[in-house]
Amino acid sequence: MLFIRHFERFSERAYRQGKAGGYLHVYIGMEALAVGWLTQIRQGYDYVITAYRDHAHALLLGSDPVACMAEIMGRRGGLSRGKGGSMHLYDIPRGFFGGWGIVGGHTPLGAGLAFASKYRGEDRVTLNFLGDGAANAGVFFESLNMAALYEVPCIFIIENNEFAMGTRLEYHAADTELHKRGYPFGMKHERLDGMDLLQVRQDAKRIIDWVRENQKPYLVEVMTYRFVGHGAADNDQTLYRTKDEVESARQRDPIALLMDYLTSNNLMTREKIEAIDAETEAEAERVYEEADDSPHPDPSEVYDDVYSDMTPEVGH
Amino acid sequence: MPTIEMTYRDAVRQAMVEEMDANPDVFLMGEDIGRYRGTFRVTEGLYDKYGVEKNDFIVPGIARRVVDTPIVEPGIVGFAIGAAMVGLRPIVEMMTMSFSILALDQIINHAAKIHYMTAGQAKVPLVIRGPGGAANQLSAQHSHSVEGWYAHVPGLKVVAPATPACAKGLLRTAIRDDNPVIFTENPGLYGIKGDVPEDREFSIPFGKARIARQGTDLSLIAYSRMVHVCLAAAEQLAERGISAEVVDVRSLLPLDTETIFASVAKTHRAVVVYEDWKNGGYGAEIAARIAEECFDDLDAPVGRVGGLNVPMPYSRVLELECIPNADDVLAAVNKIA
Ligand SMILES: Cc1ncc(C[n+]2csc(CCOP(=O)(O)OP(=O)(O)O)c2C)c(N)n1
Ligand SMILES: [Mg+2]
Repeated sequence: MLFIRHFERFSERAYRQGKAGGYLHVYIGMEALAVGWLTQIRQGYDYVITAYRDHAHALLLGSDPVACMAEIMGRRGGLSRGKGGSMHLYDIPRGFFGGWGIVGGHTPLGAGLAFASKYRGEDRVTLNFLGDGAANAGVFFESLNMAALYEVPCIFIIENNEFAMGTRLEYHAADTELHKRGYPFGMKHERLDGMDLLQVRQDAKRIIDWVRENQKPYLVEVMTYRFVGHGAADNDQTLYRTKDEVESARQRDPIALLMDYLTSNNLMTREKIEAIDAETEAEAERVYEEADDSPHPDPSEVYDDVYSDMTPEVGH
Repeated sequence: MPTIEMTYRDAVRQAMVEEMDANPDVFLMGEDIGRYRGTFRVTEGLYDKYGVEKNDFIVPGIARRVVDTPIVEPGIVGFAIGAAMVGLRPIVEMMTMSFSILALDQIINHAAKIHYMTAGQAKVPLVIRGPGGAANQLSAQHSHSVEGWYAHVPGLKVVAPATPACAKGLLRTAIRDDNPVIFTENPGLYGIKGDVPEDREFSIPFGKARIARQGTDLSLIAYSRMVHVCLAAAEQLAERGISAEVVDVRSLLPLDTETIFASVAKTHRAVVVYEDWKNGGYGAEIAARIAEECFDDLDAPVGRVGGLNVPMPYSRVLELECIPNADDVLAAVNKIA
């Protein structure tokens, strides 16, 4: 969790310093959710797919942090050699299928990944992450129906951070209990906490085991909160929330919750935690510097990989 | 090469059957393609051959390799993309290509971008096929020619075969291709017959046009059903002593400009014929390429015949007015002759 938080601070720095462009969305405040779920799967075997808020997922699946940061900076050393960017991180050999920019658009892909593993008689599980805003998309409902109809081992995980960009949950969803969207499709569904890592891990394990065993889909709504703007370009949060609201949400900062647990149960001293924090921050800084050393792509690379086997018509 | 006569519909089906037999990763998805045997009967018999009764369960009642889907084009295509990203080779039947418009986001924003955005980490061996173009009084929402829209998109490949042999050979290539392919079948072609090579490996590479009729005086350039319209026009021109060459483009993306340019270099005159709306259709792209590259060869401006720029009307009289026919081609030829 600490490494993700520091990594994300450096992602934001990359944006501020003009080393990253476009849209960039960080995971600060939501760390326990991805950590809790992605530590419970069989990494490299199970499939994971998410939207554009994807840095944490890639890091947790074991992608090289330098390659992640280099991708965010659009460099040749990036996971996609600078063709994807922050919103489009992929590490297919590690089971990470992105990294998608169209709200809700990737949700049927996740169902299709799960279909493929079932088709082949494997016991993989697919984790299909999406935002609360994405939970309104028509194609998401189509995906739920197909996943339930074909009984594919796909867990839809709504990361409910209470906002779709600048629009609060109550203003975008007629029924704010998003987990109920599994009900019409006969899918098991529940609302869970996403801040207390130990609880998240327990829930995740229980549900992942059930899905692997039963090879059927599941819908969970995990309650979380983002402590920073929607994206690096979101520079006026007063338009949709107050400082007080953010402050009170920070009372359940997932990192602080874990630290309290560790110290109050005498599992780790505060000094030790602070030392780890400092080390982790230094590591994130090293990653940042190393990524920054990666060269920009050569203009000649622009035609590479449009197709697997041919080059498009060249020239303007 | 021994051949056998069959319809275009049977040729499409046979390509699918042979590829499904050869490769267990190939499967079909679509609305009413299984139990109902397909709206245009293209998938007739496949549910029985590969369906649930053949121990091919995914869940009771649902076939694994001939998947009947709900009526959700974006969902179907997205689902197929996901399966393709991990190596399955889905063939999605669109009930008509007009409905693929609902799935534009999945096709353009997703399928076409994946190989590039992942820098080659993920391939999308997906075929989307189905009838495209006007049939018989299906009116404004069911008669679209959308191949030109897709041929605009880097990352997709687009083919539009005119004969049973081309349909079979190109569909095999499409199924074996590791990139998303749009395969359009004009509904007016399903019943036509032609000789098709019997060889189970017979295939036609993408990006290779075909000379459908040799000629020396002018080039008629078309794809899909318009090839037959051009052949009829060429027949009439021959009676007037004009020798027209007919180039069947077959593959829009990649486009075989070499064959097209060679024909124009020989005949010095060209008319491009397409069923899509004339305004901004793919024929305009072909015409522009000829104008750009063959200026010195041309004895006249490049002619163009396209569908009328109106929503397709229901009345058969009005519908026939919209779809280019041999007379329209002859009129365009007269303008540049
Ligand atoms: C189809 C589409 N419409 C609009 C957008 C612009 N957009 C990007 S993120 C976003 C909010 C999505 O919120 P949510 O699904 O809750 O995810 P979060 O950002 O909170 O993780 C919007 C409207 C988009 N990317 N795609
Ligand atoms: Mg949200």
